[in-house]
Amino acid sequence: MANVLVNAPKSAKRGAIVEIKALILHPMETGFRPGPNGTIIPRNIIERFTARWNGAEIFSMDMSPAISANPFVSFFAVATESGTVRLRWTGDQGFAVEEQVAITVE
Amino acid sequence: MDRRRFLAGTAVLAVLPLAPAAATPDSMAAAISRVIGNAGVTEGRVALDLPPLIENGNTVPLTVSVDSPMTAADHVKAIHVFNEKNPQPNVFSARLSERNGKAVVGTRIKLGDSQRIVAIAETSDGKFWSASADVIVTLAACLEDLT
Repeated sequence: MANVLVNAPKSAKRGAIVEIKALILHPMETGFRPGPNGTIIPRNIIERFTARWNGAEIFSMDMSPAISANPFVSFFAVATESGTVRLRWTGDQGFAVEEQVAITVE
Repeated sequence: MDRRRFLAGTAVLAVLPLAPAAATPDSMAAAISRVIGNAGVTEGRVALDLPPLIENGNTVPLTVSVDSPMTAADHVKAIHVFNEKNPQPNVFSARLSERNGKAVVGTRIKLGDSQRIVAIAETSDGKFWSASADVIVTLAACLEDLT
């Protein structure tokens, strides 16, 4: 999906700490706001973000309506081995998006 | 519709955005105790970085960093962030491990009012560390006019 922006280094030295930044397009509707007709707009948020490095979970975040629209997350990871980092966002209304980036460790 | 009734109607409308029960310092304390149980929290080791004066509460950059060696024996297991005055006290809970190398998490949050933000870090030895920051919000999130 083109609605995801991931910033991670393409290569890293073994043992180096790399920063991974991820941005996804999503309204993060809180479920507390009245819409134009006065009724509350139903909640539609991303509830969970996970990052897996070659299948092993290295980071996860449980989100709440207090996370801004188009959620941005940055975290660090130790470059242990070459492989793919798989980022996954899941949330209300069956929302599920996955994106992967390849990192070469030398 | 006469003028008096019209004015009464608009007064009700103006109050509507405040209708959802707001989180309070008490509900934040309750949310914190749900996460940490009866364990004590020590101030320190955690740095909560966000601007003290916020013009737009819809996107507030926030970074939590914890002073930790992040080794298998001594690392940060989780970082939780709470607020006092949004409709709900939780902001996020992040799970970390020694695989992160650095206990730093950044994101952008919404703030509905001027309030105190609290970050709590859980280390692998079961201890809890915290930091808090008071922020002033000039334009609150969630109050933009959708009509």
